[in-house]
This record gives sequence, structure tokens and C-alpha cells, in this order.
Amino acid sequence: MKYMLIMRSTDQAREAYEQVPFQEIIEKMGAYNESLIKAGVLLAGEGLADEMTENFVVDFSTDPPVVTDGPYGETHELFNGFWIIQTSSKEEAAEWASRCPLGPGSKLEVRRVNEMDDFAEFADTDAIKKEAAWRAERGQE
Amino acid sequence: MTSVPRTVEAVWRIESAHIVGTLARVTGDVGLAEDLAQEAVVDALAQWPVSGVPQKPAAWLTAVAKRKAIDGWRRRERLDERYRQLAQQLEADPSGMEGIASDAWEPIDDDVLRLVFTACHPVLGREAQIALTLRIIGGLTTEEIARMFLVPVATIQQRIVRAKKTLSAANVAFEVPDPNEWRERLASVLGVVYLIFTEGYAATSGERWIRAELANEGLRVGRVLAGLMPREPEVHALVALMELQASRFGARLQPDGTPILLADQDRSRWDRAQIGRGCAALARADALGRGRGSYALQAAIAECHATAAHFGDTDWEHIVVLYEALGRVAPSPIVELNRAAAVSMATGPASALLLVDRLAAGGALRGTHLLPSVRGELLARLGRTAEARSEFTTAASLTANIRERDVLLAKATAL
Repeated sequence: MKYMLIMRSTDQAREAYEQVPFQEIIEKMGAYNESLIKAGVLLAGEGLADEMTENFVVDFSTDPPVVTDGPYGETHELFNGFWIIQTSSKEEAAEWASRCPLGPGSKLEVRRVNEMDDFAEFADTDAIKKEAAWRAERGQE
Repeated sequence: MTSVPRTVEAVWRIESAHIVGTLARVTGDVGLAEDLAQEAVVDALAQWPVSGVPQKPAAWLTAVAKRKAIDGWRRRERLDERYRQLAQQLEADPSGMEGIASDAWEPIDDDVLRLVFTACHPVLGREAQIALTLRIIGGLTTEEIARMFLVPVATIQQRIVRAKKTLSAANVAFEVPDPNEWRERLASVLGVVYLIFTEGYAATSGERWIRAELANEGLRVGRVLAGLMPREPEVHALVALMELQASRFGARLQPDGTPILLADQDRSRWDRAQIGRGCAALARADALGRGRGSYALQAAIAECHATAAHFGDTDWEHIVVLYEALGRVAPSPIVELNRAAAVSMATGPASALLLVDRLAAGGALRGTHLLPSVRGELLARLGRTAEARSEFTTAASLTANIRERDVLLAKATAL
């Protein structure tokens, strides 16, 4: 099973983080990442930039969609990083997620990543075939 | 959200190698360490539902197991001097004894590495090495291992008990081998991991052709090894090979479980992220600059397939060269057979048939389904239909895997 750990933080968390030396934060996060790697469960993971100028939102309420530079949600919740891990159970994913060195105001949203098996009954539909072809093409770059 | 037993299981899966490794260092006995850790798990299952899951569950399990070790030594009437000393040392050492969830939990990677080499010690047979590796490095339960290998629980239980006794009887030291033994022992460790993977990738018997959970477990243990031995190119190469092969899982079976062969696979179903990880792992192996060993060469062949957009785009000349190199590094009739198959794609079936016939004359692959199935393929392409049909039928009669047999029989019928 694959899970995506989605890191979200609020202004509260960001303010709290400003009190902690950055070196300490990256060391703790580095140790966490290392433990995931050493356990053989980490498949991917990235941190996302939090400078507002580099981010934007595409809103599909209208046609064509509108691109704006926010807002991200009423409580200013930022999606600022993710991991994809592979575990044998939901509980194992929960155990890993709860070891992440995050503080108050932060949370991890954990979502299971769909795999081919989830679409087995639709495997022959055109939409799934096209999606698969598109993925293949991108992978060839 | 989750039940305590399942949390215990999750903690065990994540931490067992470190817990058992730590205990093995303390007791000097891997079998005893494993037993103690299991007893601690039983305590956790009884206590955590009442007391709650401790803050540092692994530290809790280790401390409880250590205390059990000391209690056991005390109880024994004939305490030998070594055990008494160990008990004294442990008592003098407050870590793990004072406050069960103390900060004493400091897993050392070396312990896990020693555990890997002990589980794969040459004094054990392959099956015992595999069972012990899955159990103490992978943290799998006896039931899980039995389910993965489709054998009765009692069989695995017996295998593990015997393996522990064998290690103990042979006085196997809990250590990483000497530099002069290192290469050989590492090769044996990698061999065990790859066997776990391949048994999941293409089961040698039974009704299912792929047991993905077993293959994934091999892959995970491989990644653990890469974390423990980052300077060993063949470890990264093995991970690369497994990632690249596993990337095809989604395309290798029809909905009814029938295998789809490489040429017919829908490549859009290959897992691109996994191919990316495989190529990156091979690049890491290459970057260590010590040349390619057998896993790196096999990974390079898998990479050729993985990066070809269509079967027709496969760089067969390059694959032939890689098989030639592989044949020199790790000569085997299987490699020669695969080289012949690649030659047939690069330069045609006639020249490949010469290679296959030479192999057949050598007799090394007699009794396996592989030789007649490749030979059947070549004969079919040369238009020698009757001979091809006979080869496919022979091959079908020689495989123990039902799915594979069906494919071979279908080929014979289709001619």
C-alpha cells in the first residue's frame, strides 16, 4: 500500500517555527527522512516553497478556469510538503506519520495512493487507457 | 482510529530489526534476542490496551525484553560467568532499566547490519536464511511468511526454530564478517534478498504467478540494506534491478491472472516512478566507480527494457553486449539462454538457435522448461512448426507453475 503524507501548516505553526533555529528544524526533518529511507519505506518526498509570489491557485468554478495567487483556505492553511511511503498496513503508515517532527498548528493529512488494482474493473475503458498512455509519454521525456 | 494490536504490529514491523539487533548485542545470541523480543510483544499486547501506547514504544519493548533476559539469567541455577557479568553490566547501566520509556533507545545501524549477516550465515541453508531474514530483518510474523510462501505455518515455525538452534550450536558470532570474508558473505546476503523478491516476481509453483507482497518485501529489505551499506555498489544495483522488474507488475497479468509476456505488455502500465527510482539506484551504483557486477549488469538490461517506448524500440544489440558481460562475471546456462534470446532479437532466430543447441548439448538445463520454451520460440520463428509445437508441449510438462504451463500450452495450440 502506498500513502501520501501531506504536510499542512498554519500561521500559528509558521510563527512557532520562527522561534526555532532553522538548523535544528532541518536536522530533525533530516533524521526523520533518514529513518524512512533506512526502513525502506520512502518512495518520494518534496518540500514546497512557501513564498507567496511563487505559488498560485487555479479555480475551476468558471470556464475557463481562473488563476489567482490565493487564497489557500480560510485559516491560511499551507500545503508545504509531502512524502509518499509504502507500508504493509494503514497502521504502519499512521505510525510513521506520527513520528514526523512537526509542532502545534501543523498536521499531516494521510491519503492512500490509488494503484492500478483500484481501477481494475475499469482497466479497459478509454479514459483509463488514455491516462495510462499520457503517463507513459511523460515518463519517456 | 486503530486498534492496539494493529499498532503493536506496526511498531514491530518498523522497529523489530533494531530491537532484536540491540538485544542480540546485549545477549550475544540472535535466537535468544528474537525470543525475548517476542515475549516483550506479548506483554505489550496485554498492557498497552490498558496503559495506552507508550511514547517510545520501541524503547519500551527493548527495556522489557532486556529485563526478561536478566530475569531469565537470574532464574537459571547454573549461571555461567559470562551471563553473570552481563547481568551486572546491565544493572550498572541505568539505560533501559530506569523508567521504561526513557531515552535509552538508541538503535545502532551496526546492530542491524550484524543481524543481516547472522541471518544469512552460511551455516544455515537457503530456506532457513530466507525465513530468518524475513522474520528478523523484515519484522514479518511466522503467519505472514507462511502465507507468502504458501506453506503451513508449522513449516515456517520449524524452520525458524531450527535456524536459531543451528546458529546457537555453531556458536555463530553476532558480527559483521572480516574484510577477507566480506565479499562472499555480502553476495550471500544479496542472494537471499533477491530470492525473496524473485519468488514474489515469478512464483516457482502454485496458482498465482505474482505474489506482489513478497516481492515488495524483498524490495523493502533491499532498500534497508542500501541504507546500511551505502558504499557497496552491488547493493544499490540489486535495488535497481528489483525496482525495474517490479515496475512491470501492473502490466504482467490479465484480469483473470494469465501472464502477459514482455513483448505484449502495455508499457503505459509500467510504473514510471518506480522505473525512475530503479534508474537512479543504478546510477548510484555506477557513481561508486567500482565497475558493474552481476546485479548491475542485470539492472542495466532491465533498464534497456524499461526505457524502450515500444518492444520494437528495444536496443537488443546493447542487451546482447550486457549479457556477454554478465556471462563473464556470473557465468550460468540461464544467462547463456537469455543471451541467445537477445541474439535472436538482434540478429535473428537462426544464429540464436545455434547457441541454444550448444546449450542443450551441454545438458546443464536438462529437465527445466526454460530451454524447450526458448527453443520452441526460435523454431516457430523459423517456420519449423511441428518441432516448435513439440518443444512447447515438452516445456509445459516441465513447469510446476500452472499459469506458466497454460501460456506454453496456448503457444503450442496457436501454431
